[in-house]
Amino acid sequence: MKVNRFKTILAAGVTLAAIGAGGVQAQTGSGAEPLGNAEHGAELWEYECAACHEMGRGAENGIGPHLTRIYGRRAADVEGFVYSDSIERMGRDGLRWTFRTLDAYIENPYALVSGTRMSYPGLPDAQDRADILAFMRQFSDMPENIPEAEPTARRIEIELPPEVLAIRGDREWGEYLASECTTCHQRDGAAMGIPSITYWPEDRFVVAMHAYKEGLRPHAVMQNVARRLDNEEIAALAAYFATIDD
Amino acid sequence: MEFKRRTVLGGMAAGAAILSAPAVLGQTRPRVVVIGGGSGGATAARYIARDSQGAIDVTLVEPSRVYYTCYFSNLYLGGFWELADMGHSYGTLAARHGINVVHDWAVGVDRDAQTVTLAGGDTLPYDRLVLSPGIDFREDSVPGWSVAAQNRMPHAYKAGSQSELLKAQVENMREGGTYCMVAPPNPYRCPPGPYERISMVAHVLSQHNPTAKILIVDPKENFSKQGLFEDGWARHYPGMIERVGPDFGGDIVSVDPDAMTVSIDGVVENVDVCNVIPGQKAGRIAELAGITDDSGWAPAVPANMKSRMDDNVYILGDSAAQGDMPKSGFSANSQAKVAANSIRHELTDARLFPARYANTCWSLIGTDDGVKVGASYEPTDEKIASVEGFISQVGEDADLRQQTYEESIGWYNGIVADMFT
Repeated sequence: MKVNRFKTILAAGVTLAAIGAGGVQAQTGSGAEPLGNAEHGAELWEYECAACHEMGRGAENGIGPHLTRIYGRRAADVEGFVYSDSIERMGRDGLRWTFRTLDAYIENPYALVSGTRMSYPGLPDAQDRADILAFMRQFSDMPENIPEAEPTARRIEIELPPEVLAIRGDREWGEYLASECTTCHQRDGAAMGIPSITYWPEDRFVVAMHAYKEGLRPHAVMQNVARRLDNEEIAALAAYFATIDD
Repeated sequence: MEFKRRTVLGGMAAGAAILSAPAVLGQTRPRVVVIGGGSGGATAARYIARDSQGAIDVTLVEPSRVYYTCYFSNLYLGGFWELADMGHSYGTLAARHGINVVHDWAVGVDRDAQTVTLAGGDTLPYDRLVLSPGIDFREDSVPGWSVAAQNRMPHAYKAGSQSELLKAQVENMREGGTYCMVAPPNPYRCPPGPYERISMVAHVLSQHNPTAKILIVDPKENFSKQGLFEDGWARHYPGMIERVGPDFGGDIVSVDPDAMTVSIDGVVENVDVCNVIPGQKAGRIAELAGITDDSGWAPAVPANMKSRMDDNVYILGDSAAQGDMPKSGFSANSQAKVAANSIRHELTDARLFPARYANTCWSLIGTDDGVKVGASYEPTDEKIASVEGFISQVGEDADLRQQTYEESIGWYNGIVADMFT
């Protein structure tokens, strides 16, 4: 089956409704939750994704890469597609597509890949994202065939509370904390080997640091830095780097 | 009030006094003297001067007019970098941040009088003293070796002319000859440094002298990034490198620079190039200042990098005995920022922030084959303690290794900007 913008959703919806129902039944009693409602996800796919991506047997690259067998794949790994430098870097750092990383990417692409070319504003509704991802999950390896394949159920995810994003940073505190960053990241924004973080918008800085903190972004040095920063400290750093004047 | 000529003149005199007041007040500014212009000292001087915005008088004492970083000097040996790429002047620290840069040797510290004596005869008073003098060598570390013989058997562990000398010796080694490194005992500057150097020497020899051999005589049981280096050596330089550890006499070694021999547990080996990296201790001025202990290093307070022996003295970088942080340029830079904040707090009532320490260390094994190790640290009452770390993995793909190498160049540019701009 190939799903793309030229196909109607009807056939896919019927097929996936059956698969989705089976999945839910299989997980009864396990304590795990299904990834989402794949049938609803198939509808959302057409509106949210299909203009740029194809998926399924025979799918090809278009504006975006095809997403067949995306679960478990390393980021920026589809042959023949020209990715942004940013997502290629993330792929080398070890970013793999899982439910968790895909969910973060669809919610806000910049949370995971600051320089991504995916022109997509993000899908704020968690259930909608889960439903699309449940639909997409059907087009990747299944554990019954490939035991090491990505899971088909999920645990409850920790979401970044809105109040975290609303924290106003203490810029002076941020300036002191920034001295740890500027051993590698140059204040003047020069970027060679290590990306610039100068003049980043505060909200983007905050979501990126939390993504490192939670292990969504893969770089070991940055994870090490972020894991010991609390919410106030991340906000302080964001405030400083957004207005850095050194 | 009736204005008379006398009044006007008097007013002008008073005005002159007021105009000259900044110079007079300038003498009352708190004074910080920093000894050593490397990763610890240059960073501390820059952060104190920059962030105090003229409220603190900062003097940096460093004999060298051009500072060559020890980090990346191995890449110079390997032909990946030029020596000039690693040289940095102090001009911007003076011009932009108002630091009084004095190119002289500090030869004495009077901690009671709070003064530093320079070889040129001058005396510098201080309210706070920052010592960041790097390392010196233990004279008795490798019998037969001394600084008098360092042209025959270079250490190249302080970058500059020694690096040039060792590079020339490696490049001119006879075909099929033997390069020997006498590795240092713990603790020493840059734990992976000697082994990155082995990688770089092997890189050069594999290209120009492929039948040459490399012998490592090592007093230590193991070393930093050992699995990564040994995997890399097997891939890039198969059969070229042999390491003799303490199990086979690597800890019972002496050298004869005139005969160009190395004795390993009594067995004499003829070598063509001998790179002796001696055992190390705190820079001499720390010892002269009386802040070192029997270990040869200078104990530091984990929360702020003060000397444990003097509240007015801070000790940074390689010389400091602080706990779990390795002796590295990154560590020194990290410690310097904590000390700078503490000093500004003490002298100008600036906000005091809790100490934060980190270190990451990159090494190059072969062309575009970079690896890294790092950790974050927290001060406890006892020491600076490692709380979390990471290391590259054996088997990473070539693109990641290349990215790691490029990252190390980015870090280099970042840290020298953090020190000198």
